[in-house]
Amino acid sequence: MKLNNLLDALFPAGHTVTVTDQTLTGTATTAAGPVTVLGTMDGAAISHDIALRLADCILQTIESAPGRPLVFLVDTSGQALSRQQELLCLNGSLAHLAQCVDLARRQGHASVSLVNEQAVSGGFLSFGLMVDRTYALADAQVRVMDLKAMARVTKIAHERLMELASNSPIFAPGAESYRRMGAIEAIWEAPSAQLLETALVELAKGAGLADQRMTVGLARGGRYLAADVTAAVLAAD
Amino acid sequence: MNLMEKLEFKFPAQAGKTSPITALCGVVGSGNLEILVRTGSDADVCEVSIKTSARGFGEIWQAVLTDFAEHNPAGGTRIFINDMGATPAVVSLRLGQALTEYLGVAQ
Amino acid sequence: MNATNGFTPGHSYFEATARQRLQQILDAGSFREFLAPETVEVSPHLAALDLPGAFDDGVIIGAASLGGRRVLVAAQEGRFMGGSVGEIHGAKIVGLLRRAVAERPDAVLLLVDSGGVRLHEANAGLIAISEIMRAVLTVRAAGVPVLALVGGSCGAFGGMGIVAKLCSAILISEEGRLALSGPEVIETVMGVEEFDSKDRALVWRVTGGKHRYLMGDCAELVEDDSAAFRLGALEYLDTHGEPEPSLFTLRAVQQHLSDRMVRFGAYRDGLEVWADLGVAQPQQVPLLDRDSLVALKKGLPA
Repeated sequence: MKLNNLLDALFPAGHTVTVTDQTLTGTATTAAGPVTVLGTMDGAAISHDIALRLADCILQTIESAPGRPLVFLVDTSGQALSRQQELLCLNGSLAHLAQCVDLARRQGHASVSLVNEQAVSGGFLSFGLMVDRTYALADAQVRVMDLKAMARVTKIAHERLMELASNSPIFAPGAESYRRMGAIEAIWEAPSAQLLETALVELAKGAGLADQRMTVGLARGGRYLAADVTAAVLAAD
Repeated sequence: MNLMEKLEFKFPAQAGKTSPITALCGVVGSGNLEILVRTGSDADVCEVSIKTSARGFGEIWQAVLTDFAEHNPAGGTRIFINDMGATPAVVSLRLGQALTEYLGVAQ
Repeated sequence: MNATNGFTPGHSYFEATARQRLQQILDAGSFREFLAPETVEVSPHLAALDLPGAFDDGVIIGAASLGGRRVLVAAQEGRFMGGSVGEIHGAKIVGLLRRAVAERPDAVLLLVDSGGVRLHEANAGLIAISEIMRAVLTVRAAGVPVLALVGGSCGAFGGMGIVAKLCSAILISEEGRLALSGPEVIETVMGVEEFDSKDRALVWRVTGGKHRYLMGDCAELVEDDSAAFRLGALEYLDTHGEPEPSLFTLRAVQQHLSDRMVRFGAYRDGLEVWADLGVAQPQQVPLLDRDSLVALKKGLPA
């Protein structure tokens, strides 16, 4: 979906977004008030520059717009694969970005992300999965790795992986797996201002402060071990 | 296709002391295995369950475990093994370590 | 034996198993394991793929004391499935961190030895790492420092590389590596010119402990010895509190990271970075012992 169509659908009341090198930053108007809009597009591979640009936008919001929600648009093919990036500790810049999202939450800024095309691995971890609530469009591709590459690395036959993927959300790529496992709150058939505003209103009541994804995953039957294990650790002598 | 093999064995064995602990030895890495020893239900029997990624070595497991049960006070134990292709020598070594750790606490 | 360090060497951290590391680092006899191995089922996800699991799913968690301080600890076993994070493994770490929020120990120690997400449980692993990321920050926000110890065969890669950088500080040995994508992955996708993963010296100049320490990405460099990690952790805890999360701090980090990109962004090798930092003989760095390198770093221009 083209960026402008996406923005128009989410923010019919108006938006001002700048794109620099596959990163978008800006503001938009919603019925719940102004929001900061930021994220990535064109399957961006997250680099230091992209992570730092997004982090800066978050920090600016905290500095100059108390309480303003953050709406992340996620379209990433994962992390940049580069020796130069690793030399300067790319995991550190992704961690910094994640920490900025977390600080925003602690300072009273609700946050949502919407996966509109792709969300992969480290790119997804650094911001898309750090927000209060994550949403995805129906045809979004969400995954750690595609099955063919996974077959190569694990040395398990691709056919076997496909067979298991057909009834296990544990490694079947796709937004629905993540929804069932509690990491994606809901899948939207189409982007809409209505859905976004409902999400923001609920978060304004503090619904996003604690990480509930394990409980949700258990309730939806996608992840049935994690919640019990965590509870057992808390209860252990 | 089943890659993992599951094996079950029961051997008569001289009873050792019962111990309150569960002993765990080793790591499930390539060419390695982990062995868990805890109290079993029958004082004269050593019961062993194995999950292994190396198929077709049932007879060798039989031989190694028979030898272990004959020469150690392994009666009254329940043993679980997760194996990723350890050699008989490594298996024997770990069995000895695990049993020693299990019995060591009983003293 | 190194008399100046104040510890008695004897146990290579790199060679030790996760359980051995805990025994060697923590106060003798103080470790109490949570979810002892047979109380949790072996991963059914691995069983579904016909793989033998491990009774602790590759991570040991529990409570202990360190120099008399109350600590909660998690140690990943790098030799089990590359220390990778699956559903049960991840939930054990999250449970430990949530317990730290409730109990407020003096510190949490994460002995990181992991390539990241366990591909055999891909989505569960990714989500678990996201939960670990949030939990680490919550523990820190509660005033409890979280120390990452990096020095095993898997280093801290993938999502666990991000987790390590979310910790209060990282203690790393010369053997340790800290990065995001593994060199093999980069080589496979981008070609051997981009990163020759078989050039071990290069791998360590780009992702290894000495480089990370010189760049300031790790708080301390320690010898490959459990006693050295113990001493390093104690020294860190003796001299550092856990500050509240603050805009001011993150702004400073933002500035620092931006400046770094400008200054070093064109380099492809640790040698170039070290030269720029003011190291007179960068090619000697891989040969220096730990004490010499620490002294060298202290003498560099600010």
